[in-house]
Amino acid sequence: MEFWFSENHTPNVQISIRVDKQLYSGKSEFQRIDVFDSPEFGRFLTLDGYMMLTEKDEFIYHEMITHVPMAVHPNVKKVLVIGAGDGGVIRELVRYHDIEAIDMVEIDPLVVEVCKKYLPQTACRFDDPRLTIHYEDGLRFVRFKENEYDLIIVDSTDPFGPGEGLFTKEFYGNCFKALKDDGILINQHESPFYPEDAAACQKAHKNIVETFPIAKVYQAHIPTYPSGHWLFGFASKKYHPLKDLNEIRWNMRSLTCRYYTTTLHKGAFYIPAYVEALLKNVE
Amino acid sequence: MALSQENAPIYEALVEFGKKRVVPFDVPGHKRGRGNPELTALLGEKCVSFDVNSMKPLDYLCHPVSVIRDAEILAAEAFGAAHAFLMVGGTTSSVQAMVLSSVKRGEKIILPRNVHKSVMGALVLCGAVPVYVDPLCDERLGIPLGMRLSDVERAMKANPEAKAILVNNPTYYGICSDLKSIVELAHKHNMLCLVDEAHGTHFYFGENLPVSAMAAGADMAAASMHKSGGSLTQSSFLLIGSAMSEGYVRQIINLTQTTSGSYLLMSSLDISRRNLALRGKEVYARVAKMAQYARDEINTIGGYYAFSKELINGESIFDFDVTKLSVNTLDIGLAGIEVYSLLRDEYDIQIEFGDLGNFLAYISVGDRPREIERLVSALSEIRRRYGKSGGGMMHQEYIEPIVEATPQEAFYAQKELLPIEQTKGRVCSEFVMCYPPGIPILTPGELITSEILDYIRYAKEKGCSLTGSQDPDVNSLYVLL
Repeated sequence: MEFWFSENHTPNVQISIRVDKQLYSGKSEFQRIDVFDSPEFGRFLTLDGYMMLTEKDEFIYHEMITHVPMAVHPNVKKVLVIGAGDGGVIRELVRYHDIEAIDMVEIDPLVVEVCKKYLPQTACRFDDPRLTIHYEDGLRFVRFKENEYDLIIVDSTDPFGPGEGLFTKEFYGNCFKALKDDGILINQHESPFYPEDAAACQKAHKNIVETFPIAKVYQAHIPTYPSGHWLFGFASKKYHPLKDLNEIRWNMRSLTCRYYTTTLHKGAFYIPAYVEALLKNVE
Repeated sequence: MALSQENAPIYEALVEFGKKRVVPFDVPGHKRGRGNPELTALLGEKCVSFDVNSMKPLDYLCHPVSVIRDAEILAAEAFGAAHAFLMVGGTTSSVQAMVLSSVKRGEKIILPRNVHKSVMGALVLCGAVPVYVDPLCDERLGIPLGMRLSDVERAMKANPEAKAILVNNPTYYGICSDLKSIVELAHKHNMLCLVDEAHGTHFYFGENLPVSAMAAGADMAAASMHKSGGSLTQSSFLLIGSAMSEGYVRQIINLTQTTSGSYLLMSSLDISRRNLALRGKEVYARVAKMAQYARDEINTIGGYYAFSKELINGESIFDFDVTKLSVNTLDIGLAGIEVYSLLRDEYDIQIEFGDLGNFLAYISVGDRPREIERLVSALSEIRRRYGKSGGGMMHQEYIEPIVEATPQEAFYAQKELLPIEQTKGRVCSEFVMCYPPGIPILTPGELITSEILDYIRYAKEKGCSLTGSQDPDVNSLYVLL
């Protein structure tokens, strides 16, 4: 029997992963949720048929979205995480003992429930006492916050669906307001490669540049995402991602990572020429 | 076979027609899209294949005897009207057919001055004489209100020979007049009551909404199905009561209506009517809930005032349409039109219109909570980034017109073109309005005052798009010699 999960990365490009079995399929108010077991990538989660994470490569995404700002900001006490129902970002954040409080805002309680049951690799630290989970629209939650967070991490789905509001200028503006004077915003920034993703990437960058005085982009290699070349946004009111990187301080923490190092941190901000041009175009 | 609201006769006939694969040697010349591949690529094969001409199996809009007639009968039943006409020239054509069916040259029609330009256009065409009732203006919001019964009665007594009264119900902002009493009063004075219900199609289908024109006993109503009802742009219904002659009204419609009525528009009316008849209650309960959520959230931001039923005062605001999201902006120091422009330019959000003190976001059958969140968040950002203290804002919208000639006389009169600043004290021969919303600031035959010129200058300065005059920039105006 041949059993494959396929996702269209563009109308003309498809990626397929051989599946052992489907563990879960359900529909919430917001989206369809599926969990599969596969021989190559281990267990993986899809939302509306789009790959969210696999056990094999999720470490790249979660380390890069978390440790980059943590190595720059000297004093992160309060963090807001938007999306992140799989728990991967929370798992990385709770490794920092000096973080005092984490608000996580996930629109879909079913995602959290499903991940707790089927994806313990990421959904393993939801019981941390510093964490409060809010089940509501991230765009609405952040609207009521002012001067409250040191770091906001936006771990959203793609901008074509329930995550759409998290790529808008109104959202970034409200994040700016919710951050303290030296706060940092990190967002998953789509891929620069295929035209439709690149357009979303460009638009997000435009919206961020118009909102934050410092707006940089860094990259990682994520095999199961379209093109494998993925970007993150680093937006900040004060700290520069390279000039304010404190390698010694971060390395003193002795956190072991499989992807992130402070050396890679520096390299990640050196992006290909065509991506630079794509972003320059809207700056 | 008996028809029910489950049927959509035009739609069903189109589907049957499609199955026959009839060879077209008639218009339209694109022949099911084959002759215009670029258009077909844009609109889709299915869409262009239904863009067909009137023919026996599909009936004739000008003289309907089969499926269009059936669709009209079902629409009449759904709206509680004696008859319903499918209209393909926008609600403008419905409004104009109402006016042209009711008054002739020299006859009087009572109306509020804040009517849509389509009404004034009809007066230019037929030569009737407008008698204005001051719609009053809310001091705080600067919006025109409904018609007070006492003002209506005074106008009727002063003009007993008037043939009809026209009521805007609801207004663009959602304000309703005491329609039932106005209808009774009109009939007592032997006048017809016409209702421009362009923004009230949902009154016929939702619950706990203001009374609809047909339920109030009005003689004619123009219901803009394409606004809150979900049909395609430019499609509309004209509804009539039992006192009107269906045959005469159709003659009037046929004076100006196309003989090539679009089946895309007609089938969209048919399908939307069926949808609302079957599911309208739930649809509008959802719309009202979303609008209320948006109002509560917007009022929490501070500065903005999203108004609703608390305005009701028993006369000029007899009722309020809670599906309308009308928001006053003066306390954040921005004109409604400025917020409208910022939403579009900065946040990619297009709302219906903005005037000097307010804007209107149209909430309808197609909205989802996530878009409402975007709108509210963008408004919160606009206040944070652009808000000022609220002083120095002009908001009085209603300027009492001084009518020197009928619209028809003034429009066709001998005239000269003057720079706008030199027109004070002259009688205007043209329309001037902000579009949207398309409510004239000046109509043909009105005296141009310094107050009006100030208003036009201020509206231009705030970025309103002014239209109506021959000069597209409204820098000069034609005035009577």
